[in-house]
Amino acid sequence: MTRRRSDNSWHLVLLPAATLTVFFVIPFTIMLAVSFFQRIEGGFFEPAFVLSNYVRFLTPFFGKILATSVGLSATAATIVVAVAFPFAYVLSRMPRRRQTTILVFILSVLSLSEVIVGFAWSTLLSRTAGIGNLFHWVGIAESPRAYTPGLASLLLGLAYLAFPYAVLVIYPAVSRLDPELPEAARTSGASPLRAFTSVTLPIMRRTIAGALILVFVFTLGAYLLPQVLGRPRHWTLPVHITDQAIFQSNIPFAAAMAMFLLLVSLALVGLVLVVDSRRRGDQS
Amino acid sequence: MSNNAKIRKQLTRRSMLRASAATLGTAALSAPSIGRAASSDPLRVGTYGGYFQDSFDTHIYPDFTSDTGIAIESIGEPTGEAWLVQLETAARAGKAPADVSMMAQVPRLKGQNSRLWAPLDETAIPNTKNLPDHFVHRYDDGSVSGIGAVSWYITLVTNTDHYPDAPVSWKALWDPANADSIGLLALVTNSFLLEITAATWFDGTSILDTEEGILQVIDKLSEVRPNVRLWYRDEGQFQQALETGEIPMGQYYHDVTGLAASDGKPVRSTFPVEGGVLDSGSWSVSKASDRVDEAQVFIDYMCHPAIQSKLSRFVGTAPTIRRELTDLTDEEFGAVASHIPPILPRYDIYNARGDWLNQKWSELIVG
Repeated sequence: MTRRRSDNSWHLVLLPAATLTVFFVIPFTIMLAVSFFQRIEGGFFEPAFVLSNYVRFLTPFFGKILATSVGLSATAATIVVAVAFPFAYVLSRMPRRRQTTILVFILSVLSLSEVIVGFAWSTLLSRTAGIGNLFHWVGIAESPRAYTPGLASLLLGLAYLAFPYAVLVIYPAVSRLDPELPEAARTSGASPLRAFTSVTLPIMRRTIAGALILVFVFTLGAYLLPQVLGRPRHWTLPVHITDQAIFQSNIPFAAAMAMFLLLVSLALVGLVLVVDSRRRGDQS
Repeated sequence: MSNNAKIRKQLTRRSMLRASAATLGTAALSAPSIGRAASSDPLRVGTYGGYFQDSFDTHIYPDFTSDTGIAIESIGEPTGEAWLVQLETAARAGKAPADVSMMAQVPRLKGQNSRLWAPLDETAIPNTKNLPDHFVHRYDDGSVSGIGAVSWYITLVTNTDHYPDAPVSWKALWDPANADSIGLLALVTNSFLLEITAATWFDGTSILDTEEGILQVIDKLSEVRPNVRLWYRDEGQFQQALETGEIPMGQYYHDVTGLAASDGKPVRSTFPVEGGVLDSGSWSVSKASDRVDEAQVFIDYMCHPAIQSKLSRFVGTAPTIRRELTDLTDEEFGAVASHIPPILPRYDIYNARGDWLNQKWSELIVG
């Protein structure tokens, strides 16, 4: 009997393992293999083992695009967490009912697709129908102007999409935070700001790092918003991957670029984790 | 179909980003099961999802079925290259997501290079004689790999509120007065801006024969960059911006712009003195299809003068057969085409120098 039960529990792992294999490991392996295949120009591709797809990527042009992608995501992550952390902190100090209402509202943003968010912002920031008209009407601006496309509107769009995720990560941690800790700091004479920066923030360091990583990785995959809200110089690596895969039918090169994107994001996430564990090592 | 409904559908006509992505997904899920009975199943015909597909469903397929007894299953395909990738991948597994597909010229050529298309029997398609030679595509050995289906023009379009007078030349794109107010197609293979630049500034597209010539053209084209507000992949995005005047000038499809204008939108399409760009789609049959005979009957039917006239009237495309064979009035013809000699796309350079061109193009746009 005991034995049978343990057999059953072992079987329970099979489903997630199979799912992971079928929907992640196999497609990933195929992509890895294709990234070494030979591109037939003006045709399709054939199995081979060539490094040309990776070599093509190692140029200043694609280096700049990779830097654009990473820079955009890092900036977006910083902005989002800088806003989401105080937001979640204030939220967690509110009466329970109000917290629930606000959380439901924030989470409802997740039901909007990237397309809707992108086009809504591009309309809101347009010259003909956007907030420029409001500024003109109240007299701030001489004539309505467009605030899109551009870096600011793109960052706004990315931040809007990622904000609920950051709140989701930060909110549980700040609501579990013992209120006596900052209070103790206050009674020892620290200003509210100082109590926040020297007590609350350090305790929350890992949560903040987690939120930063999540938003960074999440926005690194953005390919629609850069096209709708950004200029061509803001087009991220995923935009160029899509161009190669869908419009140039250069699947091997698209796969190689995707591998680079994956490696870079893994490396950056790894770096954050290493720095974090080092610091913890120093403290103990 | 009311004009209103037509235009809304037209937004997605040559298909958009999302449609491509969605269709990729559904096509993968609905890949045909192995061992289906060949004879009892309908012929699967792919056209661009959205407006094209709806128009064919309404105006073409029912009559075809009642005339020939061949049932049709209509497949919505994403634009150009995306569909090619699916057909290639499926053919490697011996499957055909559609028997006949309407293909844009660049992906059609790529398919031809990898011998994706089943060779067609000309004697089974007698109406081929109605088409000019450049609409009968052949393999090197002379066998037919595809037949012209429909054609359309890309022209210079403007918002009439912003531009009371129509522009006369493509040179308007370079005019400093139009800073940050132009929308252009984002891909080298569907914007044909190299041909437009060559025809406007270099007396024709023969300068594109050499890499040096192409670089000269790209150099000239880079001067438009300060004027470009939007490089679009998604037609709906540009059309909406054109109609509201947010982006009051650009390149766009003649037929769709005409429909929007007839619906009261403040837009116009102009054939510049250098000509509009004449682009086209062709029928090709996947080599993995087991329905080549029925496919040939279908293609022959589509080359019939009466059907080509019907396409011009109801779908808004220009005929691929010679004009004098159709019964289109001057007014009907003017709505879908122009007597100004067109700029003909140089599909051959995208075919021969595709990756190099694409790289130069990306560098041009990204800056």
